Amino acid sequence: MTALLEMRAVRGGYGGVDILNGIDLAVREREIVVVIGPNGAGKSTAMKAIFGLVAVREGEIRFKGQDITNMAPERLVPLGLSYVPQERNVFPSLTVQENLELGAYVRRDDAAAELAEVLALFPVLEERRQQAVGTMSGGERQMVAIGRALMTRPELLLLDEPTAGLSPRATELIFERIRAINQKGVAILMVEQNAKQALAFADRAYVLVGGANRYEDSGPAVLAHPEIAEMFLGG
Amino acid sequence: MLVDLVQLTIFGLVVGGIFALGAVGVSLLFGILRFANFAHGDMMTLGAYLALVFVGPLALPMWVAFPAALAGTALAAVAIDRALFKRLRRASPVILLISSFGLALILRSLIQIIWGPENIVYWTDIVLPWRLGEIRIRPPHVVMLAVTVALVVALHLFLTRTRIGKAMRAMADDPDLARITGIPTERVILWTWALGGALAAAAGIFLAVDTRLNPLLGWNVLLPVFAAALLGGIGKPYGAIAGGFLLGVAGEVSTLVLDPVYKPAVAFAVIVLVLVYRPTGLFGGR
Ligand SMILES: Nc1ncnc2c1ncn2[C@@H]1O[C@H](COP(=O)(O)OP(=O)(O)O)[C@@H](O)[C@H]1O
Ligand SMILES: [Mg+2]
Repeated sequence: MTALLEMRAVRGGYGGVDILNGIDLAVREREIVVVIGPNGAGKSTAMKAIFGLVAVREGEIRFKGQDITNMAPERLVPLGLSYVPQERNVFPSLTVQENLELGAYVRRDDAAAELAEVLALFPVLEERRQQAVGTMSGGERQMVAIGRALMTRPELLLLDEPTAGLSPRATELIFERIRAINQKGVAILMVEQNAKQALAFADRAYVLVGGANRYEDSGPAVLAHPEIAEMFLGG
Repeated sequence: MLVDLVQLTIFGLVVGGIFALGAVGVSLLFGILRFANFAHGDMMTLGAYLALVFVGPLALPMWVAFPAALAGTALAAVAIDRALFKRLRRASPVILLISSFGLALILRSLIQIIWGPENIVYWTDIVLPWRLGEIRIRPPHVVMLAVTVALVVALHLFLTRTRIGKAMRAMADDPDLARITGIPTERVILWTWALGGALAAAAGIFLAVDTRLNPLLGWNVLLPVFAAALLGGIGKPYGAIAGGFLLGVAGEVSTLVLDPVYKPAVAFAVIVLVLVYRPTGLFGGR
């Protein structure tokens, strides 16, 4: 299998200080890759670096073989890459329908088929189409955020802590939907704090500490690793 | 008393419409570029003087001059962004604010150099007010209110029905997420300047019709325009419109109990009260 996304020895950060101290990361087609690590490890920063929101000073990032290092988001989205940030990932004063339509902004054609697909994936959004997203629950907002990112039919979806702050039931639902999205052929790169649950269905996983790779293996193997288990999974 | 109240409310709606048209641009520009545009009042003045060029030297009727002045001011606003603010995209909000203050002085001085400091009127003919019982209605006020309503409806359709309008609201909500979504943010910024400039011109022309043209025309109403944007919740165009009308009516009706010289103080009091009690505006928000 060819690598869809490849990050090689990436260094970079905000302003002068490097947060990423040489990150290597790969996602192959149709894979679910989970990134775990302690708070402040640079997981979110790594996602932002892929998406051109944090300056990469050294190293390179490739998507489908093309060099996308430091490429602006509006050029990345049409290539088949979508990103759901950890926070502020919906337009609160806009309706569900508008949030989803804007997800398809880069497509010049009619996105009715994609809209129908997203609503089929998250049926609760169907009856809420005209509701302002700012008035919805955390779980529903997360559905809108993921739905928005799917509107371009991405080949790779970046998710930064999609279940942060959600109830166990909402978490379960979001994870189940992420697997359904993956079943349709979308590769997933996901940062998660609910590591146990996420690692259980991850094809592969990376452990980041201090802006660098600490460990990588298949999801279940990382889950079974004694040192990792002690560090992140509560023993 | 009731007659006075009705009369003042009519004046208030006219003035409020002017504030509203100015405040929409301030609010959208703030939402998208994160700074309060101190030059907005002078963009209103520019629009009013452009209309003067069309009705004066070119002797065109106002219904032609009005859209022409709106288009001219929109172009000027876009040119200003290209020449000045485009270079400052990554600058801090304070730098942007000070730059807009400098721009305000430049615009006002240019207007004064070109057209002189004296008061000018579009027409010298006197129009008699209509009488409805004891209430007097000036025909220009009716036209202005009708055009304001038409502009607000057009704005609403633009913001809710067009791709670029929706993108504008999205960017006012969250500029970073707009970039992540793949929205061409530079194009949205240009459209926002154009829209803000056109509506500012409409406000400036109405103000000049209601009073007289002079280089301080727009600067003098900047305070209530800012207050209206703040009242509506910054970055929320609909809030800004409601805030404008509310403030216009409140200012006029306040003259029932306050000396009219305190009218500007009403706007100032609103700014202070909103900042203290409802910093996200009357209609909730982020
Ligand atoms: N916008 C920012 N500006 C400066 N430093 C930041 C910014 N965002 C995060 N950081 C810093 O970068 C480091 C990594 O943060 P982050 O990538 O968010 O960690 P994680 O997602 O793994 O919890 C932290 O030390 C954090 O303080
Ligand atoms: Mg994070």
